[in-house]
Amino acid sequence: MSAGKSTLFGAGFARVFGRGWLAAGYLFLYLPIVALVVYSFNDSPIPNLWKGFTLKWYVKLASDNEMLGGLWLSLKIAFFTATGSLVLGTLAAFALVKYRRFFGRTLFSGMVNAPLVMPEVIIGLSLLLMLVSVQKALGFPERGAMTIWFGHLLLGMAYATVVIQARLQGLNPQLEEAAMDLGAKPFQVFTLVTLPMIAQALMSAWLLTFTLSLDDVVLSAFLNGPGSTTMPLVIFSRARLGLNPSVNAVATVIITLVAIGTVVASYLIARAERDRANAIAQAQRDDG
Amino acid sequence: MSTLLTSIRRGRNAVIGVPFVWLTVFFLLPFLVVLKISVSEMGTVSVNDILSVKDGVLQLTLRGTSYAFLTQDSLYFQTYLSSIKYAAITTALCLAIGYPFSYFMARSKATIQPALLMLVMLPFWTSFLLRVYAWKGLLDEGGWVWQLLFWLHLDQGLATLGVIGAPGKFMNTPFSLVIGMVYTYLPFMILPLYSNLAKMDLRLLEAASDLGATPWKAFWLVTVPLSKAGIIAGSMLVFIPCIGEFVIPELLGGPQTLMIGRVLWDEFFSNNDWPMASTVAVVMILLIIVPLAVFNRYQAEAQEKAK
Amino acid sequence: MAASDTTTSAATYLQIQDVVKDFSGYKAVNNVSLDIAKGEIFALLGSSGCGKTTLLRMLAGFETPTSGRIVLNGQDLAGMPPYERPINMMFQSYALFPHLTVWDNIAFGLRRDAMPKDQVAERVEAMLKLVQLGKYAKRKPHQLSGGQQQRVALARSLAKRPQLMLLDEPLGALDKKLREETQIELVNIIEEVGVTCVMVTHDQEEAMTMASRIAVMSEGRILQVGPPSEIYETPATRFVADFIGNVNMMEGKLQCDFPDHVIVECTDCSHYVGHGITGTEGMPVSVAVRPEKIALQREMPEVDHAPHNRVRGTIKDLAYFGSFTVYHLALASGAMLKVSQSNVSRHRDDQLTWGDTAWASWSPTAQVVLTQ
Repeated sequence: MSAGKSTLFGAGFARVFGRGWLAAGYLFLYLPIVALVVYSFNDSPIPNLWKGFTLKWYVKLASDNEMLGGLWLSLKIAFFTATGSLVLGTLAAFALVKYRRFFGRTLFSGMVNAPLVMPEVIIGLSLLLMLVSVQKALGFPERGAMTIWFGHLLLGMAYATVVIQARLQGLNPQLEEAAMDLGAKPFQVFTLVTLPMIAQALMSAWLLTFTLSLDDVVLSAFLNGPGSTTMPLVIFSRARLGLNPSVNAVATVIITLVAIGTVVASYLIARAERDRANAIAQAQRDDG
Repeated sequence: MSTLLTSIRRGRNAVIGVPFVWLTVFFLLPFLVVLKISVSEMGTVSVNDILSVKDGVLQLTLRGTSYAFLTQDSLYFQTYLSSIKYAAITTALCLAIGYPFSYFMARSKATIQPALLMLVMLPFWTSFLLRVYAWKGLLDEGGWVWQLLFWLHLDQGLATLGVIGAPGKFMNTPFSLVIGMVYTYLPFMILPLYSNLAKMDLRLLEAASDLGATPWKAFWLVTVPLSKAGIIAGSMLVFIPCIGEFVIPELLGGPQTLMIGRVLWDEFFSNNDWPMASTVAVVMILLIIVPLAVFNRYQAEAQEKAK
Repeated sequence: MAASDTTTSAATYLQIQDVVKDFSGYKAVNNVSLDIAKGEIFALLGSSGCGKTTLLRMLAGFETPTSGRIVLNGQDLAGMPPYERPINMMFQSYALFPHLTVWDNIAFGLRRDAMPKDQVAERVEAMLKLVQLGKYAKRKPHQLSGGQQQRVALARSLAKRPQLMLLDEPLGALDKKLREETQIELVNIIEEVGVTCVMVTHDQEEAMTMASRIAVMSEGRILQVGPPSEIYETPATRFVADFIGNVNMMEGKLQCDFPDHVIVECTDCSHYVGHGITGTEGMPVSVAVRPEKIALQREMPEVDHAPHNRVRGTIKDLAYFGSFTVYHLALASGAMLKVSQSNVSRHRDDQLTWGDTAWASWSPTAQVVLTQ
């Protein structure tokens, strides 16, 4: 792929148009984020009226028990969601990639993929109603953090399966055969060969589901109970009432953390790729 | 020999069985419960059982009242229609904005593409709730976008289109809702499209050019058909969830924007009418079954191709 | 089953007995029996779909025979999973573990056997020395060239001193130049180690240069087994004659059948073949003559059994290969005769060219008469 080569209009026009479109697109994507950050430093209870620079909203945030409690709960749920989704997603991905035919495969595949696109209100309502029926019959579970976890797991599993499945399908099947040929029993094949090779996909899946859980509103709303208000629910109830600078402050903190994390991760990946390419080139030079 | 086969079989059963059972319990079963409740009667605290024993006889009480109500009150029908309408508009706009975006991303220099991709993903990793909230600020009086639109006198045009209520009031209108939805779902359109376009063999375009096609023609005759899979994937990933969206209509929508997600929520939380909420959900599921099947078929085909 | 069926002599180190592999009605391997001697390099040769890879995978343990037995060194391999068999395979794609160094790749199999650390190190060093990759031990597969990766794969499959080594299209991934060098190197290493080898290939050159015996396969069956020269010079069937190398196949009728010679009448010429065959006069046969066994000259040649073993034609085409030239001679009936001539001198004034009339002739020992 050569730089700027376009096959749409004349090369020059396309390049300008293309760059312009990309720039406008990115502007659109980042405008709200920038606005959030800027107005978190606004010395006024009405965010849109700029009165001066201040850090007081961040100070207030430190003693905002409702928000901090919600954050802590969300982090816990997100952790367990990510870990549980990883386990279930890995199993489901293996089932779909390794076993070509089994009873109910179409149904299984449908159930795994559906939460990706289904409106959350449906998932939330149906799961809640079922849990209530179960509670009536068996006496548990009580609605709370655990029920939220169930809902997030459902969604997380779908995403984790997609990511892991894609990686599994790209693997050379001869690698696992080679391991077996050299004396590794099936479980050893998994731990010594398959797992290291899908490690990066597993990491991505974990982070993805962690973020999804941290951010979820609808499922949490349906499935929560007394004392289990997650951070998004706190933000949502405040946002419903109107513009609130405390929300801007939290937003900026989250944005900063995410930005740092994403940039660092991308940099590390890019550097690993570059090192790898250099190693290959170096090896070829050495051999002459 | 039999021990080997049994252990392989046991392993296989576990790998398939665990997620399968889990999904059946937590995904399939709830739908059956919803179906059952939609034909039940609402009690004081929760739903009454449909099976009961009266005078030693097992009785099945099915109430179609919720469904009847659904068909009688035209508001429900209008809301379903409205939800589909907004989902369709959002999908179309996402496609219109997202396709050129993905295209130019895929045709950029190979070295900066990962950076471009990361820049698209970054907002996605940031809380979606917060970004929707941010649009509240941008579109409300005094917000940056509000100022821009006002200054460009676009509010007059939008008002005549009926997209906003009155000049100067951009919040809580169809306009703000669509902006919010397009904004939120744009990455879902860009990612599958980009992934598809980036993998395209550029030599096909060279071949087309060699055979006499102008770049414009080559785009429509070669690039677009080849990206069909990406277009379908992206559209499904936007259209289906949009129908049932709740948060964005709640924060950015208004009295004009009827969305079925909000109706379901209100029936459940405000009216405490579980059968009604379930009925709304059942009909919503029926609505999205066709696009859902299309999506599932696409996923299966994509997996087959990847083998 | 008699006990003698499983006794091993050196000549029957690996016994494949009546093996069938049936994939829901499609017989990929159809009743194959082979005896492979200890220490020999045995090639399964055939085009794709002939069943050779399926047979190899059954030896490795990745497929189970539908019926039949495989006995290695007296041990029946039935029911043995791949990780228990004393067999190691070198895969077509090399299948080197990308996340492990060369050293760890080679040590992988040894570690599965719970071999003590110092013994593992000793073995790995010995293997690295054998394939001359000592200074690449710490590299990862992606830092090696194709030829080096192959050597790592070889070292890895030899590390455990297997009773049988399997090679799946060993030279398929290499370019021509590298292939020639590697062929010889590979055979040398295998012979130095002395391991029994079964290789699978569709490339006849590879099979003929590397193997001590070849089995030609088609549609799940073995057509002929023998050393390369036998396969080449005395093919048993038309298919084998055509599959290996180039051949001129002439259809004809058995005219005279004598104990020490036969005469075959073909469309464009007649053959005096210097050996007897089992057959009846008048039966249809094919006569196969290899292009390099035919002489080409302008004047009518003197042959021992004139008017047999010579024919006149026009040069329709010629392909110059540098060290030799292949002439396509159009005969009276329109059939083409391929003649291959070494270019012994750098140029000749009377060089044959397009349109020239020429005589092709061959000796009575050049032909093979085929009845199948």
